[in-house]
Amino acid sequence: MATVRYTEEHEWIRVDGDIGTVGITEYAQEQLGDIVFVELPEIGRQVEEGGEVAVVESVKAASEVYAPVSGEVTEVNEALNDNPALVNSDPAGEGWFFKLRIDDPNELEELMDPDAYKAYVEGLD
Amino acid sequence: MRYLPLTDADRRGMLAAIGAPSIDALYADVPEPARFDGPIPGLPHHAGELEVERRLAALAAKNVPAASVPSFLGAGAYRHHIPATVDHLIQRGEFLTSYTPYQPEVAQGTLQVLFEFQTQVALLTGMEVANASMYDGATACAEAVLMANRVTRRGRAVLSGNLHPHYAETTATLARFTGFDLVTSDPAPDGGEDLAALIDDRTSCVVVQNPDLFGRVRDLSALAAACHAKKALLVVVVTEAVSLGLLMPPGDMGADIVVGEGQSLGNPLGFGGPYVGLFATRERYIRQMPGRLCGQTVDGEGRRGFVLTLSTREQHIRREKATSNICTNSGLCALAFTIHLSLLGEAGFTRLAELNHALAVRLADRLAAVPGVEVLNEAFFNEFTVRLPVPAARAVDTLAAKGVLAGVPVGRLLPGRPELDDLLLVAATETNTDDDMEALAGALAELGS
Repeated sequence: MATVRYTEEHEWIRVDGDIGTVGITEYAQEQLGDIVFVELPEIGRQVEEGGEVAVVESVKAASEVYAPVSGEVTEVNEALNDNPALVNSDPAGEGWFFKLRIDDPNELEELMDPDAYKAYVEGLD
Repeated sequence: MRYLPLTDADRRGMLAAIGAPSIDALYADVPEPARFDGPIPGLPHHAGELEVERRLAALAAKNVPAASVPSFLGAGAYRHHIPATVDHLIQRGEFLTSYTPYQPEVAQGTLQVLFEFQTQVALLTGMEVANASMYDGATACAEAVLMANRVTRRGRAVLSGNLHPHYAETTATLARFTGFDLVTSDPAPDGGEDLAALIDDRTSCVVVQNPDLFGRVRDLSALAAACHAKKALLVVVVTEAVSLGLLMPPGDMGADIVVGEGQSLGNPLGFGGPYVGLFATRERYIRQMPGRLCGQTVDGEGRRGFVLTLSTREQHIRREKATSNICTNSGLCALAFTIHLSLLGEAGFTRLAELNHALAVRLADRLAAVPGVEVLNEAFFNEFTVRLPVPAARAVDTLAAKGVLAGVPVGRLLPGRPELDDLLLVAATETNTDDDMEALAGALAELGS
């Protein structure tokens, strides 16, 4: 089973070899409300851990999506251009944002595992 | 809002609240030599209302107002007839006193006007979407370049040398402080500017004015194609909105962003402002468009209503990450624009444009017959460039003393280029009579003799 890690900014990253798939969490999509637009990064862009990579816009607000770890963007989810609501309906699956080639797997150690993230979110309410 | 001067007790209370011993203490950071103490020297003693009126009237009488003499001034600001209805309607309290709506949906009338304004601007420019106005044409131009940089994720804009220098300077100011590059070609009053050659892989956009500073009218289709081949945007600037009644809309020539000055419709010259900026683009770029956008929708009972839409990227929500620093619009000027255009209607607007062009042609023919005067333009709308036998700035001064405002000397807009000093920009609108034209031609003829 692939490793999934979480950030305090409510991004998830699913690691498969040296490729990480990034999206926002169920909690994040619920807080944002109906997603109307997602601005995706350019393929080939080098991003730093914690850097702004994408923008997600709901009827309420527009928010940054940050890179959980450093790496190079290898793929973006073009399906979100036509159907941004996928982020609402399936944030952990079809609603993924982008994939990146992870520079340093050690950076993953800084992130939360599923249990830690669950506790973190519960602590927010 | 009431205005009441502060009492000493008010001042003491305020100082106590912030813990300052005195008002002077608030200026402690201003160096002593930079502070000013005592009365301002050279100011006259205060005077009664009648004396002040007399004094100011005498000062104002030194002006030669464009409204009261034969005037051929243009270069981005045009004297047009404004129907009395416009002034009457914009002075209704509901319109006159309202500022940019922050709790917008309570002001349905204001929103409907802005929606109509956007519709008119989109139709005039041949574009798919327009915003609810910008400060003026020059800032709209600068915002268009910023938007093109966002869309293309590049940072180098090419400016035509025949773009109005005020627009170029405003754009350069933003470039200087936000860190993008500008490539500007030289002014080309005789045409022949090759902007396509300046486009490269780093170019975000090409900014070109039509009709340009010298009044030249161009087909921009080939330039649009050249931009798109390099994945750059074409920004078209229109400084005379009335030209859109006759010329091919920039959108039909392939423009990606159209910006302009809307003063010509409904707004007086007013010594330079306030004016109203127009901003239109393609629907696919709507999320990168600056400014406010009004949308039409239905309420819970299915009735038509208006809302501000796509606000999530604006300054009051996104703060420093907003699409643009502009978070307001020229609401009252946009209202005047919309009322004037609505009164004209499509047929009336076209007729107005045709009349402007016909009078400008008549004027060009008349001036071409003046010995020593040469008309440079092959194609123009209501403004063209003439070469005079004497420096244009001197000719303008001489004619102003005779009560004729001959036009704008090119050297005043583009100083330090001696080859342009004998060029004069001359505009004719529906406000210019045959007598006006004779006065100008006669006075110019006297210059040469």
